[in-house]
Amino acid sequence: MKSADFVEARRRLEAKPQSTGDKLTTLTEAVGRVRDGDHIAIGGCLFSRSPLAALMEVLRQGRRGLTLSRNLMCYEGELFMASKAVDGLMTSWFDIALPWGLSLKLREEVEGGRIRFEEWSHLGLGLRYRAGAMGVPFLPTLTMLGSDLMGVTDTRTMECPFTGETLCLVPALFPEVALLHVHRADRFGNCQIDGYPHMDTDIAKAAAAVIVTAEEIVDEEEIRRQPDRTVIPGLVVDAVVEVPYGSFPHECYGLYEADFAHFEAYTDAVKARGTGAVNDYVERYVHGVSSHEEYLALFGEEVLERQRRCAEELLGPR
Amino acid sequence: MSYSDTELLAVVAARQLAGVTSVFAGVGVPLVSAVLAQKTRAPQLVIVVEGGSMGPRMVPGRLPYSTNEMRTAPRAQMLPGITDTFLFAQRGFLDVGFVGGAQIDPYGNLNSSVIGNYERPKVRLPGSGGANDIISLCRRVMVVTMHERRRFVPKVDFVTSPGFLSGGDSRRKAGLVFGTVSRIVTHLGTLAFDPECRRLGLESLHPGVTVQQVQDNTGFELPVPKDVPVTEPPSVEELKTLRSIDPERNFLG
Repeated sequence: MKSADFVEARRRLEAKPQSTGDKLTTLTEAVGRVRDGDHIAIGGCLFSRSPLAALMEVLRQGRRGLTLSRNLMCYEGELFMASKAVDGLMTSWFDIALPWGLSLKLREEVEGGRIRFEEWSHLGLGLRYRAGAMGVPFLPTLTMLGSDLMGVTDTRTMECPFTGETLCLVPALFPEVALLHVHRADRFGNCQIDGYPHMDTDIAKAAAAVIVTAEEIVDEEEIRRQPDRTVIPGLVVDAVVEVPYGSFPHECYGLYEADFAHFEAYTDAVKARGTGAVNDYVERYVHGVSSHEEYLALFGEEVLERQRRCAEELLGPR
Repeated sequence: MSYSDTELLAVVAARQLAGVTSVFAGVGVPLVSAVLAQKTRAPQLVIVVEGGSMGPRMVPGRLPYSTNEMRTAPRAQMLPGITDTFLFAQRGFLDVGFVGGAQIDPYGNLNSSVIGNYERPKVRLPGSGGANDIISLCRRVMVVTMHERRRFVPKVDFVTSPGFLSGGDSRRKAGLVFGTVSRIVTHLGTLAFDPECRRLGLESLHPGVTVQQVQDNTGFELPVPKDVPVTEPPSVEELKTLRSIDPERNFLG
């Protein structure tokens, strides 16, 4: 799957009007930056800190021809396939999680030859974002070597000019858009994340446009009080939106645990009725609501509160 | 005390971690085994999970379903980013890796990508995740798996994670300078590689298991040593501890 090279990526960045000003906006306006055919890199990992509210809005706005990359991809990938919004997926692993079995939607699409599916190793894809974040064309690594993954991805081997050893080279990945969900940000887009950093910082630096949803927009003084906690500077960010429960029903570290009962009901429906159940889910949770507030109302206050308590039991009060 | 196949597998895998400093483990039986080891023979064991957790003390009954969720984090010593977690392995800090796969061949190569042709597969599986990286970068890797004929195949349909590739020194020649696959731990016994040709052979049997039973559940010929050692059965203490880790049997079946 095509990506800009490091020269194009740098020129693209330099051509973009850069702002250190206020980037606070609405979900609709922020996500409106996504164009048909864009490569969207998704922050978080699997069902942790997924930018689900933003992803649902991408679907609501009817984008087409997208490529999605994410290190471990959860059912958001199924929703994009069911919506016919995506042509290509780049990942190291696609499933909801171990107990819920193989993704029937992925199986149908890949086995039927209807989607481009590019499989990397977890680190291999991580280093592609890292190379992009560093602004260099590739990174050498000792992973993926000897495996068949090298034959199905755009990797190269080279003889190390210093030691003569064989190295695997992974090319930098420069996505058009990064969609990220973080714990807190100020209106300038300075972002702080609690718990797992995942790959969000690399993804933000590699992408041409960065759209951030935050559980909470805080005063700039709160960011300045603990600058060591800032992992993405505002300079890198294009739009920031306050979206409480912006990952739900996925988890947000320390704030709410993933709603496993919801995963169960979703996969049960797919098992019982086939992948038509994925389309039904999109109808209800994407097109059946017009805002994130209406979306959360489908789950109900009680469930949100229950998942908050689960997180607190596990990691203590925040 | 009677036990299930999965319990036996978890106990035997945990014993492999005696004296080990760190284990890179995925969710499911490998992680249950690592927690059991921590509570029995390897109290200092640092568990490393690819989602970015080093040294957690997981909560019994609240074991994670994925490598990236907050259940993987309680009382961890560090939560690095995912790329950086793997780079600890690439630098050589991580001692043992635990992996599994849908298919495994006589050279320890693993497939977790596709059954059938890669482009138009019969079954599209989830993919490598961190398995390829763990087997390429940890000091030694053990495959922890149920022993089934459909799993142990003469040739994997796709090498997701490289074992000894085509045997001999082919792993080294591919550029995999470090690390090795040391053993396959199953619910029937353990298998180990010939030091020269790097093909799998039987190493030990679990209590009550016959050589014939292992061979019947393996899709290729396994060399058998003259005297096959027999594993000590799981003790009452091991089983009680194991069951306390996963009381709802989400992973023990």
